[in-house]
Amino acid sequence: MGAFRPSLSVLWWVPRGIIFGLMAFFIFGPLFNMLLWTVTEKWYFPHALPLEYGFSAWKRVFEPRGGALESLGNSLVVAVLTVAVSLALAVPAGYALARLKLPLRSLILLAFLIPQAFPNLTVYVNVARIFYEIGLNGTIAGVVLVHVSHGLVYAVWIATAAFSAIDVELEQAARSIGAGAFRAFRDITLPLAAPGLLASAIFVFLESLDEFTGSYFVGAPDVNMLPLLLYTAGSGGNYQVASITALLLLVPSLIFMLIVERFLKADVLSRVGR
Amino acid sequence: MSGAGFLELDRVATGYGATQVMKDIDLSIGSGEFVALLGSSGCGKTTLLRVLAGFVAPTSGHVRVRQKDVTTLPPDKRGMALVFQSYALWPHMTVAQNIGYGLKLKGMGSAEIGSRVSAMQSMLGLDGLGDRKPGALSGGQRQRVALGRALVIDPQILLLDEPLSNLDARIRLTVRHELRALQQRLGITAVHVTHDREEAMVMADRIVILDAGRIAQQGRPEEVFNRPATSFVAAFMGAENLLHLQVAVDGSDVVITPGQAQAAGRVPLFGRSLVSGAVEARFRPEAARLYPLHAMPEAGPGLSLVGEVLSVTYPGGAWRHVVRLGDRDVLADAPRAHAAGETVNVFVPHEALFLFNRPANAAGSSISGPESRKAFA
Repeated sequence: MGAFRPSLSVLWWVPRGIIFGLMAFFIFGPLFNMLLWTVTEKWYFPHALPLEYGFSAWKRVFEPRGGALESLGNSLVVAVLTVAVSLALAVPAGYALARLKLPLRSLILLAFLIPQAFPNLTVYVNVARIFYEIGLNGTIAGVVLVHVSHGLVYAVWIATAAFSAIDVELEQAARSIGAGAFRAFRDITLPLAAPGLLASAIFVFLESLDEFTGSYFVGAPDVNMLPLLLYTAGSGGNYQVASITALLLLVPSLIFMLIVERFLKADVLSRVGR
Repeated sequence: MSGAGFLELDRVATGYGATQVMKDIDLSIGSGEFVALLGSSGCGKTTLLRVLAGFVAPTSGHVRVRQKDVTTLPPDKRGMALVFQSYALWPHMTVAQNIGYGLKLKGMGSAEIGSRVSAMQSMLGLDGLGDRKPGALSGGQRQRVALGRALVIDPQILLLDEPLSNLDARIRLTVRHELRALQQRLGITAVHVTHDREEAMVMADRIVILDAGRIAQQGRPEEVFNRPATSFVAAFMGAENLLHLQVAVDGSDVVITPGQAQAAGRVPLFGRSLVSGAVEARFRPEAARLYPLHAMPEAGPGLSLVGEVLSVTYPGGAWRHVVRLGDRDVLADAPRAHAAGETVNVFVPHEALFLFNRPANAAGSSISGPESRKAFA
């Protein structure tokens, strides 16, 4: 009996191992496949692994003609501008919403969801038409505007949660010893909300980085973005270029996810959308 | 206290929406005076403090400091500093930064701030803690940082919102005296909100008792304690024992009609404004005297009662008896224990007996709610 027990518990690891293995395969399999493609020179069907390895695809991508650098530059500029505009709107809006009384507040929070409530294609086709008429189509500003409308829901919701996690009395304590309303906000509320605001900035940044539909209808062909490059390369069967582009998109996401995980504390998360 | 009318509340009323929290509060506080606002939870005392501080706008009335109307001034322009019940220390700043923030706001140089902050720290016994964050402090230390942060800017008026209620009972007793000594030394005008009767008695020059948004009575601690103006104040100040009597006013005396438990008696009117009829009689357990039946000595005017001891406990100092008097139970203290079941005489000397005419519509028992009982305990 005593010898039987440990062998039973070892046996239990078999189904567990299979499940974990499958999960790992579904998550890391595609990623590994993508990584392989980035260093592949030649790889076709019956072969499980690439036939030739090399970095020629990287050279092609980063050639001026390859357009990757331009797309990367565009994507980063748009993402940074989107974050700046979103935060500029979300900080005052989130602060006001956090200090407002309830029924009105949830209504306004809900209103920020409206851009997500309709199919993206329908919305962006019409946005593109309107932007075309007022000359915003094919400009960085136009793409930024589209991304802001999309990212604002994250920015405002998280900023609201970050501000409502801060006790009003902390602000009042500053007011009562002589700080004006703005000074108290700058010295007390803003630093305390900073981790939550940083998290919301990162969400908006990531959303902007891989937003496709809006970028396609409003930006292309004048403003090329990384997801467009990825799409073109992928649909053209150029898996090397597609994989390298995907990697470029993935790296900032992974880094920022780690940062977000560090900064988004439970007391802020628990207030999102409330 | 000199300079009466330093801080004045003139017919102040507040409310949230349709509910009125406070009605017609008139209060005049002298310079250097320590005033305690005493009342049970929800009586509006914290709201009143917030009106003073400028965080709640009164629906009507005026707040004046040195005859200057400050009713519409924002909190930072009032020269008052509020110490919060939660302390509200800023978690992202060190102790020294918390204390020095008010000086920084005044545009003071960092060297000057440093010396003032360290002076404040040593005055409050916070030496060596300047670099800590509030999260790394004990409750008592946090309380002192909150106090230091308010005091360092030399406010004209210090507002204290139950600053001792989150402290351990033992620390609280010493902090009471420290805070009072500090206030007297600095000559600051202080308004202190509390629900703790003893705290108010020990610390304040004047006690203002609030009941349902009104001032029930104000006066020196001994006045409020010994001459409560209403049945509520009497109950709040510890006279929890309640009896219903019939009396007749006869010249300068009050004649007590004998009843189920009480003997006939005669006590001087003693400045009470009473009319003949039903009255509420209140007295403190420690003011009552207990004797074995028929062994009561002649002891001046007062209320004599007969009852049966239901139980006896020893809370310290004296034996506390629950005595059944007719249909009511009262608490009475005695230096020696009387066994349960024993029939005893209870005597309340007239100066410790509080008599109030019963309002025509209100039942007397509603006054002695759980809140006042808590305050007494």
